[in-house]
Amino acid sequence: MNEAREQVLATIRRGLKRGPLEGTRRAELEARLAQPPRHLIPARGQGSPSERVALFIKMAEYALATLDRVTDEQAIPAAVAAFLARENLPTEVVMAPDAALAGLPWESQPLLKIERRAAQDGDKVSITPAFAGIAETGTLLLRSGQDGPTTLNFLPDTHIVLLPAGRIVGSYEDGWDLLRAAGEAMPRTVNYITGPSRSGDIEQTMQLGAHGPLRLHIVVVAVN
Amino acid sequence: MITAQPKIGLFVTCLVDLFRPTVGFSALKLLEEAGCTVEVPVQTCCGQPAYNTGDRATARTLAQQVITAFESFDYVVAPSGSCAGMIKCHYPSLFEINSGWRVRAEQLSTKTFELTSFLTDVLGLEQANVDYAGTVTYHDSCSGLRELGVKTQPRRLLGTVAGLELREMEESEVCCGFGGTFCVKYPELSNRMVSDKVAHILATGADTLLAGDLGCLLNIAGKLQRDGVAIKVRHVAEVLAGLTGVPAVGEAEGGE
Amino acid sequence: MQATSLAFKRNAIAALNNPVLQKALNNIKIGFVRKRAAAVAKLPEFGLLRDAGRDLRNHVLDHLDFYLERFEAQVIESGGQVHWARDAAEANQIVLDICRSVNARLVTKGKSMVSEEIGLNDFLEANGIRPVETDLGEYIIQLRHEQPSHIIAPAVHLNREQVADAFQAHHAPYGFTERHEEPRALLDEARQVLRQQFLQADVGITGANFCVAETGSTVIVTNEGNGDLTQTLPRVHIALASIEKVVPTLEDVSLLLRLLARSATGQELSVYTTFSTGPRHPADVDGPEQFHVVLLDNGRSSMIGGEFQDMLRCIRCAACLNHCPVYSAIGGHAYGWVYPGPMGSVLTPQLIGIEVAGQLPNASTFCGRCEEVCPVQIPLPKLMRHWREREFERHLTPMPTRFGLGVWAFFAKRPKLYRRAASFAAWALRRLAGGAGRIKRLPLAKGWTAWRDLPAPPGRTFQQQWAARREQRP
Repeated sequence: MNEAREQVLATIRRGLKRGPLEGTRRAELEARLAQPPRHLIPARGQGSPSERVALFIKMAEYALATLDRVTDEQAIPAAVAAFLARENLPTEVVMAPDAALAGLPWESQPLLKIERRAAQDGDKVSITPAFAGIAETGTLLLRSGQDGPTTLNFLPDTHIVLLPAGRIVGSYEDGWDLLRAAGEAMPRTVNYITGPSRSGDIEQTMQLGAHGPLRLHIVVVAVN
Repeated sequence: MITAQPKIGLFVTCLVDLFRPTVGFSALKLLEEAGCTVEVPVQTCCGQPAYNTGDRATARTLAQQVITAFESFDYVVAPSGSCAGMIKCHYPSLFEINSGWRVRAEQLSTKTFELTSFLTDVLGLEQANVDYAGTVTYHDSCSGLRELGVKTQPRRLLGTVAGLELREMEESEVCCGFGGTFCVKYPELSNRMVSDKVAHILATGADTLLAGDLGCLLNIAGKLQRDGVAIKVRHVAEVLAGLTGVPAVGEAEGGE
Repeated sequence: MQATSLAFKRNAIAALNNPVLQKALNNIKIGFVRKRAAAVAKLPEFGLLRDAGRDLRNHVLDHLDFYLERFEAQVIESGGQVHWARDAAEANQIVLDICRSVNARLVTKGKSMVSEEIGLNDFLEANGIRPVETDLGEYIIQLRHEQPSHIIAPAVHLNREQVADAFQAHHAPYGFTERHEEPRALLDEARQVLRQQFLQADVGITGANFCVAETGSTVIVTNEGNGDLTQTLPRVHIALASIEKVVPTLEDVSLLLRLLARSATGQELSVYTTFSTGPRHPADVDGPEQFHVVLLDNGRSSMIGGEFQDMLRCIRCAACLNHCPVYSAIGGHAYGWVYPGPMGSVLTPQLIGIEVAGQLPNASTFCGRCEEVCPVQIPLPKLMRHWREREFERHLTPMPTRFGLGVWAFFAKRPKLYRRAASFAAWALRRLAGGAGRIKRLPLAKGWTAWRDLPAPPGRTFQQQWAARREQRP
């Protein structure tokens, strides 16, 4: 379909009354891609770190996520177990094969039955780490990789996400900077997740858990 | 710069000329009382029906007619957001950039105003020294609102009319369904839109509907009367000028 | 699909007289209009972001060739493939060839208006491949063999009973025999049926809200998560995108995301915004093995540089539909093709011809609410007027309109004659009203008097009275 490609590009250039971009103009666009300029960023996400955490929590709750705060990562397993018990949810959980997650004292919660793998049909609860949190809209940023299967974010009914407070940034742009700073190529999948799955397609009445998780539970880990 | 006694060319609009001369005289009175000299040059229509039907040639001819008749005045004022919007926002685009007519259209554009906007924004009028015993609701006509930013001006002046209570309707900014030729090209759609408007008007309990464009007023009055609803319909200028002695729009002579 | 836009008037009248539809349309005001207003009110920078959004989209269109080439290069760099399609037939064939290359039988689909535009489902079915829509609204209308009536809420024209009927007619093979009418139960049923499709599908097809030139990523924005299951579970992911969807960088996407959900559903951000770049990496534990992007032109490239270029700024938020008094009165099907409402009234004539879609840009009062809410400030009324100008130039304007306009223009261009004609009309109309102040029936204005009275003039025009007054006070 090279012919199609050439024809489409030629028609565009005819409309723009020029040939392929060259010289200075091209260099300017190259520079714009290499050093992407930021547009106006809303003031709301640009507060102090503690204000960002507070905003993240407020916005995530507005998007109908539930949140827990722990002040010690060692307390995460207990917080997860308590959440599952409180909500009367199964204790079989599928966890992202992530080294940091594996290092937590899960053995302190003998009721939890943990598998580390991608999600399968029938899985009820998943636990994944977040790459970052974006305060302006209470959005989680998750990425795929050998330690982060995307299916864990969508197949189970309940999705539990662990988010270190230090990873909460103000804006989407700050999130991209964090990802670029991690130095890898773009992951196959980057998910922004803002609250649990929902649909309003039947009479505009909002129902949670359309195809993705019915519950999104975020454990914010704020180490003092 | 406002000269001591600005010279105004009053663009009456073809609908006011034919259907509601009182609106023209109300505008005249308001402008003269505010210290202006007002002339009414020979005129027909701003050309909007042609423009919106895609007939640019006719629209251009009529624009030239208006430009020629009005360009010697300090200001052009129309008791209509729609016609003022046509002159102010659309005339320049009818002519080639840099052409003589384009320049003249742009000059006319800068000095053309809708009546209530001119009274408040340009002349700084703050007080209407009249009274009106009634509860009114105000419909924002589309062009005035969105092309010219007419929203607070009529309300501010109405707020100073003794005895007048303003009750806002739901969706006052939604179109009444007039739309120039739209109302006869798509009568069923237009009827639906004006029916919704009437429902919102009724819900306020107001006894008078006001707006700044006669097209909307004819449409809404016609629907209210077809439905047998006794709500008076008037142009905002009539109330502000105190010329409410004549029957309301569509009302029988000598009252109902 | 066969367009019925020629029958717009008939479609519109039928819609106005359809009580089920009318009730459903009422949901738009509650579901979209008020929520958008609330979301916009919560973001003080929204107005400035709209300016930036307009400027960004203009920047892209002015350099569309450059960004498309860069996007293509980045997709290839990340291990994906790009296919260019000039028209619907080419796009359909590309998708079919990819499906056949992996012996696909079942294809799941995320919501894609481009897919509707090219009629992909019918084409795949005709070629022995079963497409299953997975967005709940799209799934419902697929079961009913209907078109979407709204670009982000495809089943907004339906009520729960109609959904229940569709499910009852189609879900028995999946073990669902009981009829439910509660939205919760209906959703749960669809979730279970579609879960099986997600897991069995060979190919997943999604649209793309944006294509990022910097990274070669396609972006989808959804609330249900169906798009993600569609593009993550099968072996092959195909993203369908029209050429104008390209955006330079992730920073640019960030700007448009701030506008999109607020304008569309009044959410701060949609639940899922997903950036897909290439196929799964070697060490990944899930994700597709192949990633294809189909870039569709279908008439868009010829809009560049012309009077309709601004339309290509559109990011498909549907705010113009939701705020349009005409769309709100009749819904999307009356427009007769894929894209309804103001954006459809501009785009449809370009894609299927003004001869077929000429009614659409005429069915507007130019109230301007669409432009007022458009997140990228497309001058929709102006663009509709441009279509009317093309019609007028080509003598496609209906004869009665043209004739009436001609008579009116004859007088309007001759002020003296006009004044006499207006004076006569004022006198005649008053006579017809007979002192009642209004006219109930006027033979040449049935469009008006069928539904409302015509307020009568007082008998003498303003200019007559003014002239008389001038004589009295020289």
